[in-house]
Amino acid sequence: MELVYTPQQEAFRKEVRAWLEANVPAEPLSSFDTADGFEAHRGWEKKLHAGGWAMVPWPVEYGGRGADLLEWLIFEEEYYRAGAPGRVNQNGIFLLGPTIMEVGTPGQKARYLPKMASSEEVWAQGWSEPNAGSDMANIQATAFRDGDHYVLNGQKTWASRGAYAHWLFGMFRSDPDSSRHHGLTFLLAPLDAPGITVRPIQKLNGKAAFAEIFFDDARVPVENRLGEEGEGWKVAMATAGFERGLMLRSPARFQSTAHKLVALYRETAAREPALDPGLRERVATCWVEAEAYALNTYQTVSRLLAGGRIGAEASLNKIFWSELDVAMHEIALELLGPRGELLASAPALGAGGVGGAGDWLDGYLFALSGPIYAGTNEIQRNIIAERILGLPRK
Amino acid sequence: MEFLFSEDQRMLQKTVRDFLEGECPVEAVRARWETESGRSLEFWKKLAEIGVPGLLVPEAHGGLGMDELDLVLVLEECGRAALPEPVIATAAVAVPLLCELGDTELQEAWLPRIAAGDAIVAVGAGSSISPFVADAHVADLLLLPDGGAIHAVDPAAVSLTAQPANDPSQKLFTVDWTPGPGTRVGTADDAASIDRGALACAAQQLGVGDRLIEMSVAYATQRKQFGVPIGSFQAVKHQLANCAVKVEYARSLVYRAAHSVARATRCRSVDVSMAKAQASQAAVFAAKTALQVHGAIGYTWEQDLHVWMRRAWSLERAWGSSTWHRRRIADAVIDGALPAESFGYSAPGAPRAAPA
Ligand SMILES: Cc1cc2nc3c(=O)[nH]c(=O)nc-3n(C[C@H](O)[C@H](O)[C@H](O)COP(=O)(O)OP(=O)(O)OC[C@H]3O[C@@H](n4cnc5c(N)ncnc54)[C@H](O)[C@@H]3O)c2cc1C
Repeated sequence: MELVYTPQQEAFRKEVRAWLEANVPAEPLSSFDTADGFEAHRGWEKKLHAGGWAMVPWPVEYGGRGADLLEWLIFEEEYYRAGAPGRVNQNGIFLLGPTIMEVGTPGQKARYLPKMASSEEVWAQGWSEPNAGSDMANIQATAFRDGDHYVLNGQKTWASRGAYAHWLFGMFRSDPDSSRHHGLTFLLAPLDAPGITVRPIQKLNGKAAFAEIFFDDARVPVENRLGEEGEGWKVAMATAGFERGLMLRSPARFQSTAHKLVALYRETAAREPALDPGLRERVATCWVEAEAYALNTYQTVSRLLAGGRIGAEASLNKIFWSELDVAMHEIALELLGPRGELLASAPALGAGGVGGAGDWLDGYLFALSGPIYAGTNEIQRNIIAERILGLPRK
Repeated sequence: MEFLFSEDQRMLQKTVRDFLEGECPVEAVRARWETESGRSLEFWKKLAEIGVPGLLVPEAHGGLGMDELDLVLVLEECGRAALPEPVIATAAVAVPLLCELGDTELQEAWLPRIAAGDAIVAVGAGSSISPFVADAHVADLLLLPDGGAIHAVDPAAVSLTAQPANDPSQKLFTVDWTPGPGTRVGTADDAASIDRGALACAAQQLGVGDRLIEMSVAYATQRKQFGVPIGSFQAVKHQLANCAVKVEYARSLVYRAAHSVARATRCRSVDVSMAKAQASQAAVFAAKTALQVHGAIGYTWEQDLHVWMRRAWSLERAWGSSTWHRRRIADAVIDGALPAESFGYSAPGAPRAAPA
């Protein structure tokens, strides 16, 4: 055990920091859940990519710089420190990308990864359906083979950034006689193909960013299949591991929120001497838990670098970060009191230098979805109980 | 940067686990409750044969010359076995304290005996932490803080009052003694001893938490109601899953705190407090949950569950209660009373120092 960065890692950090300091936009971009904001975020991704920073752990030929996972963590730490924009193509770069890397053909890697890294093509994830939420194996959208095409019919829903994305990766039932997780196939579909209709859905914050997607005899060539026909579930589970396990929510995100929360507490306590003293320890505990998540991630990464794999323990992570995120935002809103009601567009009310009140409210609304997306926390608890602890299924 | 124990460290852990499974089953823990001292010198000797009390003793003094990164996994096993012997004070606190005091005569007198299993040392944590000294009745030496100095006190020169404890494995005493120039052996950083004791408790809490979860899983798999194992009910599953999440995230904090103590890093005290507070919270939560999962059988003296429940509670109060540690964290993180740093991340404006 050596919890000290090597000189090379320190040098890498310095390089990342210098580049970000020179390049991160001074003003925050508008939300990537709006048409303008989406394009602004793509512009930022293009810049990141040109600098070689879009996805540091990817091989150079696909737009990365061949960094290891520790360097990826360092990159993320600096990214959140710099307050750089959210990653508009996170479904692509964090979820689909690693899956293509693992199961894609050389042709698929060359076709999809570089444009994913540059966000020339932004991806949406099409797993959920009206009748397949937690019960994902109940997928009903079909993709039946017709010569060298699959013909897609049915509906996907809740696809994040689906309103503006260019491509969708999803699972479809390719064997009409199959049920549950058998007979599913993992396909990549351009959202502008004939027979595909995208209908935006307003989220809790009123922004029309996620979408339901209808398929009406849409044709997708066979080479858009990831993995074998009927093996979609297996391929998708690989993605699920990355998503819950490591990439989707790196620890620096929560450490940065925890630091902002501490700053908000200090400001509030200075202004309001009669502040509930219990808040002080709740704030400190959030800071501790963000640290625990970071340390746990370093432990996981060290294990992966030593040849280990990530398994059901990814479910522990997902519960931990999503509930921590909710707790931090709840406390922030308590600290803000009446200001906690304000939208980001409200004229500043002296809410302080740690992000206006509206940012905390935005963050709270988003944090509330954490225990739902990427497999609800109830489903994660089932997985922990059955697969880690070994409790009986029935 | 590598957050991973070595093969050797894992092997030592396994050796200790196997030893304790054989030599310290729960029947042995309960048998100790029936004896007058509650301690077994014979067992302590055996523990010394596998190196436990002398793990931190320098090789020159007959010990293993290891550090807290080796010790932390060993202590985890002691918690898992609910071992009723004074490993925390003697092995984790007294040894480094004796080394730190720099009194070579004292070191030569005690370190080899500790390593050989021939001496037990009781350590006072100081009145701000606890009015009690554990295991003073079997100690061959007492190390007691007073007014910024450490005193090495002969047990024959003190008068002990036993303070019966809720955990029958805990032997607590108030000590009536008089400090004098003859007992004073030097000064040491009080916080360092508290940190070592607290780290040792936190490590044991991991083992206690794991054991409570395992017992509950075993029981919930075997106990049937409504014709099915109770462990198939989701209300039971989710409670135990919550325990697993809490113990797992405390674990990373404890291992990092072991690194901070072993390397005497700048943020050592806060790192330890984080570990102690979170590991205690996890173990105490697991205790409450385990009891609920067991139902009435868990509420009996006869069932073994309470051996670990009581251990979770007593460790929570030892070497700084959770309240004490949480206050120390808040004072550090919010007011900057002590150094506290994020691991890897640094907020804008704050130059990032290496987490070492
Ligand atoms: C912000 C956001 C973004 C999303 N982005 C995407 C995306 O990009 N692509 C995509 O495919 N999907 C996306 N989703 C959908 C998400 O994956 C689903 O919402 C999720 O899987 C839950 O499905 P559901 O909403 O149908 O809820 P349901 O499955 O109907 O669940 C409702 C409630 O019942 C509980 N429940 C269900 N089954 C069980 C069980 N077996 N045991 C215990 N409790 C149970 C759930 O935990 C939940 O509390 C997104 C969702 C949100 C909120």
